[in-house]
Order: sequence, then structure tokens, then C-alpha cells
Amino acid sequence: MIGSNLSSAIAMKTQPILTLEHVGKTYANGTVALQDFNLAVEPNTITSLVGPSGCGKSTVLRIISELGDLSTGRMTWRSGNDHKLAYVFQEAALMPWATVMDNIRLPLKLAKVPKRQALGLVSEAIAQVGLQGFERVYPRELSGGMKMRVSIARALVTRPNVLLMDEPFGALDEMTRGKLNQDLLQLQHQRNLTILFVTHSIYEAVYLAHRVVVMASKPGRVVADIAIDSPHPRDPDYRTSAQFNRYCREVSHSLSDAMGESLALAL
Amino acid sequence: MLSTTLEQPTATPKWVKSLLSPDVLAPIIVGLVLLTAWELAVRITNTPPYLLPGPILILQTLAKDWPTLIPSWFVTMKIAFTALVAATVSGLFVAILFAQSKWIERSFFPYAVLLQTTPIVAVAPLIIIWLKNNTFAALVVCAWIVAFFPIVSNTVLGLNSTDPSLVNLFKLNKANRWQTLWYLRLPTSLPYFLAGLRISGGLALIGAVVAEFVAGTGGAQSGLAYQILIAGYNLQIPRMFAALLLITVSGIAIFAALSALSNVLLKNWHSSAMKHEN
Ligand SMILES: Nc1ncnc2c1ncn2[C@@H]1O[C@H](COP(=O)(O)OP(=O)(O)OP(=O)(O)O)[C@@H](O)[C@H]1O
Ligand SMILES: [Mg+2]
Repeated sequence: MIGSNLSSAIAMKTQPILTLEHVGKTYANGTVALQDFNLAVEPNTITSLVGPSGCGKSTVLRIISELGDLSTGRMTWRSGNDHKLAYVFQEAALMPWATVMDNIRLPLKLAKVPKRQALGLVSEAIAQVGLQGFERVYPRELSGGMKMRVSIARALVTRPNVLLMDEPFGALDEMTRGKLNQDLLQLQHQRNLTILFVTHSIYEAVYLAHRVVVMASKPGRVVADIAIDSPHPRDPDYRTSAQFNRYCREVSHSLSDAMGESLALAL
Repeated sequence: MLSTTLEQPTATPKWVKSLLSPDVLAPIIVGLVLLTAWELAVRITNTPPYLLPGPILILQTLAKDWPTLIPSWFVTMKIAFTALVAATVSGLFVAILFAQSKWIERSFFPYAVLLQTTPIVAVAPLIIIWLKNNTFAALVVCAWIVAFFPIVSNTVLGLNSTDPSLVNLFKLNKANRWQTLWYLRLPTSLPYFLAGLRISGGLALIGAVVAEFVAGTGGAQSGLAYQILIAGYNLQIPRMFAALLLITVSGIAIFAALSALSNVLLKNWHSSAMKHEN
């Protein structure tokens, strides 16, 4: 009891690492992708972002990574601006002409990190995703799951503290996905990562996250923000627990409400 | 390791097997059949050699006239090779320049097309007059004009074919223009460039021969086209064919060499050079 009081006290004190306030995004062609989007991300947590296709999930990640800009509203990072960001795309997006090692080393090369130091960081990242022995293999020789591991290692190699992941495991089978989910939970704890995780799978969203944010489309906005108050990191047994099922049902309901609402709007 | 393949349990060396593959065997058989038909047709119809020599006579002439033909072959190859190197260097340079901005490409690409659409036979006399003190340079320029465009257009296409996710990755890692060019755009364009190079290799040879024809019989160094012209005047038709054979074989050799180069450079990653295992 004392423990939980303490942790909630700490939770109350933690300042969000990132805040999006009243963010709107209108694309050049007039599509309103986001309207009055609000989100505060706690440090060292996993936040899942779910919502119907086209609701603006990728747009949110692009704004956060500054690949895209916002039209209205504000985005603020925690004072001190101590965030270091990495992005994992839906496809592995590897350079086919480079070996696993060179692919992972790319961000360090672009940052002109000295070779010796870079190689150390690369082998650390390779170990972290369990790709030892595949350093000199070319992407075409890798399975989909392994490619995704390379992509994650490439994101980790710069030692980021914020990780944006856009449906990274969408193209993988259930088994591989489960394994990578497990590895991701480990990594998040080992490296104190703050992760924003976009997914279409309700189960994945609940299993991974401290918090699931449900979005609706046209215009994209937050319709539900569900805290997943189960111990973290989780093990596969959690997938069959009553608590897990309850959360999945809750997310599922918000999601169908969101879908229904946008359907009603469209009609 | 993944990259090691299982050794075949046979003792046949790899190159023997590749010679015996249908890819090599089938065209050889077709060729032999056609040549035999040609030889037979010439003999049966009693066609005089000054109209159409048979393949055996052509080969005999080639062997007999080897000492005159080989120096000429060397001259033509030197022109074609110099032009190809010039086209590669200038083509890459121009392609990279075009890829720097859409505006440069838009403004100048039509002029690159102009080089391609200008019939070389028509401009060759002009170039030869302008560079009359240096026939070799004039012939190289003609061959270069023909070989230049495929390299430029293919490389430009390649430089602009970057994977959008990789472009974003480079942006996120704050890559500068040169890093993006060197680590992303140039590697992406390599297969395209090599495809262009293969086309240009053959074109450089054709350009060289055409330019030699236009230059005619003048000039101190004389290439294979000169030999064909002279043989034509003297009605030495078998020698004409022998010279033609040399040109054709050289063209095939250039293509094969550039294909081999392409396969070596792309073997690890590009589907055009990969063995597919399913
Ligand atoms: N570059 C663009 N130009 C114009 N409209 C865009 C652009 N990118 C996205 N959109 C539009 O903005 C809306 C949100 O797109 P976004 O890609 O963020 O959706 P998403 O939630 O990631 O969808 P999905 O789950 O299918 O990936 C969509 O209606 C889409 O058509
Ligand atoms: Mg998306």
C-alpha cells in the first residue's frame, strides 16, 4: 500500500515529456487530418495509439518527429529539451545494398560518429535485438521479422529516449509479433524509453501500453484515453488474464463508438 | 552462416556447368544451325563470293587479313572506349547536377534529349570539320554524343527513385545534401546507371563506326569502317564481311563485359543480379 501511494505520488509529480495542445493539421489538398488534438506523454511509458485507418495516427507521429509541421496549436517538449528521438517505420526501410551492420550504423555515420565508437554502439544494438551472427548478411537474406529487428536496432543505435513506432509489426505473423512485443517491453525497461506505438491490433495496444489513446477520424481527434493499470512489463500469461480481456473490450468499445461516430458523420 | 550455399555433390567444375546451361547452349545451337543453312545455301545456289560469301570463306578471310584488320580494330575500339569513358564521366556529372534541383532538370533535360535525337550522320561532318586537326578527337566526340544520353537519363531516373521511407530516415538523422547523395541517392541509382551503361557501350561502338564512315578514307589512323569502305571499293566482299564480323563480335563482347560488371556490382542486393530461390 505504501508502495502504491509512493508510486502514485511520483506519477503525480512527473511532468509530461511531450505535450500536444489543440493541434490541428490541414494538408495542402484541404484534408483536415487533425483537429483539436490533445496528448500529454509521460516519460518512460508506452502509449498506444489506435484508431480507424486514416484517422491521423501517422500524421501525429510525423508532427512529433518534425517530418511534418502542424497547422495550428502547440507542441512542447519538457523543459531542458533532453529528448532524443528515433522513428521506426511500418516497413523496415533498409538499404538493400548495405549489410545488416552498415544499415544499423547509418545514423551514426550521418552524425559523423568516429568509427571505433560507432562499431561499439552497433554491436550493442545488434545484441539488444538478438541479431548476433547476422552482421554481414544483406537484407534480402532476412525474414520479415529479422528485417524489423534491424530496423529497431537502427533506431536504438543512437541511444534515443523517445521512440516513435508506426505499426512496426503490422506485416508480421502472430508468433513473430508476440516475440517482438516481448522484446520491446524488455527494451523499454532496460533503456527507460518513452514509446509512442501506433497499431491496428487492440490486443497489441493493450498488451504493450501503460495507456491506450483511441482516435476517431474526420477530423482526427482523441476520443478515449484508457490507462492500462496492470503491472509492467508484462509476460505472455497476461494475454489470457481477465484483466487483459476487460481492457481489450473497453478499447474495442471506444473504437467502435469512434467508428460509428465517424460513419454517422459521413452519412 | 546464411550466405553459404550447399556444395553440389558433383565433380563438374562450375564454369563447365555454366557453359552447358540452356542459356548458353540454346543460342549456340541456333547460331550453328543458321550458319550451316547459310553455308549450304551459298554452295547450293552457287552464289559468287562478291555477292554473298559463305561463313567459312569469311572466317578464312578473317584469318588471312588478320594483320591488316587488327590494327584497324584497335583504332575503332580505342575511339569507342574513349567515348564510353567520356560519356560515363560526363553523364554521371550531368545526372548528379540535374538531380540537385527540379529546376535544373526541367531547364536542361530537353537539351540532353536534343543530343539523343540529332542524327549522328548529319552532325558528324560538321564535327569533323570543326576538329579537322584532330580526327581522333572528332570521332570520339561523335561516338560520345550517341553514348551520352542513355547514361544521363537512366542515372537521373535512378537518383530520383529513392525509397520515401529512407528519405525520411535521412531527414530525421539530419543528413546534409551530400550525405544523402552519397549514401542514398547514388547507391539507389547504381542499377539504373549500369543499365544505361550497357546500352551506351554498344552505342559508343556504333557511333565510332558511323563517324568513321562519315570521315571517309582520309586521316592517318583508319578504323574498321575505313577497311569496309576500301574493301567495298575493291569488291573484296569477304573482307567486308570479316570486318563486319569483328565489329559485331566486339559489340557483343562489350555488352557481355558490362553485364558481367553489373552482375558483380549488384550481386548482393539487386534482383536483376540475384539468383532467385523460392
Ligand atoms: N501527404 C498528404 N497529403 C494529403 N493528405 C494526406 C497526406 N498524408 C495523409 N493525408 C490524409 O490525412 C489523413 C490522415 O492520414 P494518416 O496517414 O495520418 O492516417 P493513419 O491514421 O496513419 O492511417 P493508417 O492507419 O491507414 O495508416 C488521411 O485522410 C489521409 O488521406
Ligand atoms: Mg499510418
